[in-house]
Amino acid sequence: MLILTCPCCHVTAEETEFHAGGEAHLKRIGPDGAEGEFESYLFMRQNPKGVHLERWRHVYGCGKWFHLARDTATLEVFGAYSAQTTSPPDHIRSAIQEKHPEWQWQGAS
Amino acid sequence: MKKYSVFAVAREAMRHHTGWTRAWRDAQPKKRYDVIIVGAGGHGLATAYYLGKNFGITNVAVLEKGWLGGGNTGRNTTIIRSNYLQDPSAAIYEKSRSLYETMSQDLNYNVMFSPRGVIMLAQTEHEVRGYKRTAHANALQGVQTEFIGPDRVKQLVPIINLDGPRYPVLGGLWQARGGTARHDAVAWGYARACSDMGMDIIQKCEVTGVRQTGGKVTGVSTTRGDIDCDKLGLVVAGHSGQLADMAGFRLPIESVALQALVSEPIKPCMDVVVMANTVHGYMSQSDKGEMVIGGGTDGYNNYTQRGSFHHVEETVRALVETFPMISRLKMLRQWGGIVDVTGDRSPILSKTPVEGIFINAGWGTGGFKAIPGSGWGFAELMAKGQSPLTQAFGLERFAEGRFIDESVAAGVAH
Repeated sequence: MLILTCPCCHVTAEETEFHAGGEAHLKRIGPDGAEGEFESYLFMRQNPKGVHLERWRHVYGCGKWFHLARDTATLEVFGAYSAQTTSPPDHIRSAIQEKHPEWQWQGAS
Repeated sequence: MKKYSVFAVAREAMRHHTGWTRAWRDAQPKKRYDVIIVGAGGHGLATAYYLGKNFGITNVAVLEKGWLGGGNTGRNTTIIRSNYLQDPSAAIYEKSRSLYETMSQDLNYNVMFSPRGVIMLAQTEHEVRGYKRTAHANALQGVQTEFIGPDRVKQLVPIINLDGPRYPVLGGLWQARGGTARHDAVAWGYARACSDMGMDIIQKCEVTGVRQTGGKVTGVSTTRGDIDCDKLGLVVAGHSGQLADMAGFRLPIESVALQALVSEPIKPCMDVVVMANTVHGYMSQSDKGEMVIGGGTDGYNNYTQRGSFHHVEETVRALVETFPMISRLKMLRQWGGIVDVTGDRSPILSKTPVEGIFINAGWGTGGFKAIPGSGWGFAELMAKGQSPLTQAFGLERFAEGRFIDESVAAGVAH
């Protein structure tokens, strides 16, 4: 059972109040995109065993989307941040690197 | 390999069971193999077995990080059925189900296949229409299923409550030849047969890297040294993404946790498998008398082999509604496994961007039933470069938009 804090309304609640929305920072492909780019955007996922940046929605709360940094191998949560970003903010990066010094932001995929 | 038979049992009974030998050799890795299969679960071992049996390729190693059948093969709810909507799915699952029927004789190992019948309950008008459509599709595919009414459901499952508080049972999709089998025995039986053909099953041997030159695979690095090979089959369920990453390509797969649980053993009360997909739960009774229960997956990526408690609660709530008599049962054990789920909820049996590497993954929540069919098709794909069974399950279908969309029909419960 994950316990998450919504960065929009600052409520801390169990995961049943939230809904997971998959990998974060996917780069949206427009009408000019090649088939391979669409495939990548729609289906290909990093699916790491370790640090995962992902989207969540506070469905049974404020209803807003946000981003979360979480370890898929330990279920440790490093922090939540605004969905209006294209890369994880510095305080999230340092929280992750405290536990995983070798971790680097790979860029939007 | 000594053949198991009633005479062998009688002979051993006369000499205090001193003559039984190990079912398979615990092999040491050699320098080189024609084919290396990564993952000694059901699918990996079945692939090795049919490579040897159907194509005479026996210089094969099956590498396993943990122990044989210790992943999802030993963690599932052992349901076997083939009532799928789409033609490619029905073909591979029906091949699989028919191979289960003769598996004990074929492997000379009792896998306890029990064709007791599987009912998928229809509890909304939408589901009634969906299952009628599936039954018609199955008739065209040569898969024996029928849509049955509530009276027949009650006759087959006397303990069911037809008019539950939320979703009354309106009928069901009945596959009389579906059922269950002993999951460990499937892995052990294949392992014994593979070992007998001279293949090496190497446990506690984790693959740490995939070696390649000029876009062609040359071997793998493992915790027990480097091993060379011509062809490499990745059959590792939940960790497919990790292996693909080592080989340098990405997969349309996400790994999530799926949980199951069993109750204390009780007297026989239900001799079929019942799946209730609207309320998210499925149940069968094991030969020991335990009620074997499964439900839905967690919504988020997870590699921890444990899931969230509220999913157990949701599953049990759904089943208590459907089978009121289980409300006082105590649950004995609960466990989780990591399943790899693709975008269209259908598996991937495919060549990969690296020559000589083949991948068998993405079985999601329903891999056990597919073990022999998947092994049969994947062995053909590895040996000949193509197979009619696996043709539609290529990786390229995601770029081409040629999905095998079972997500509505089978995305929840298996």
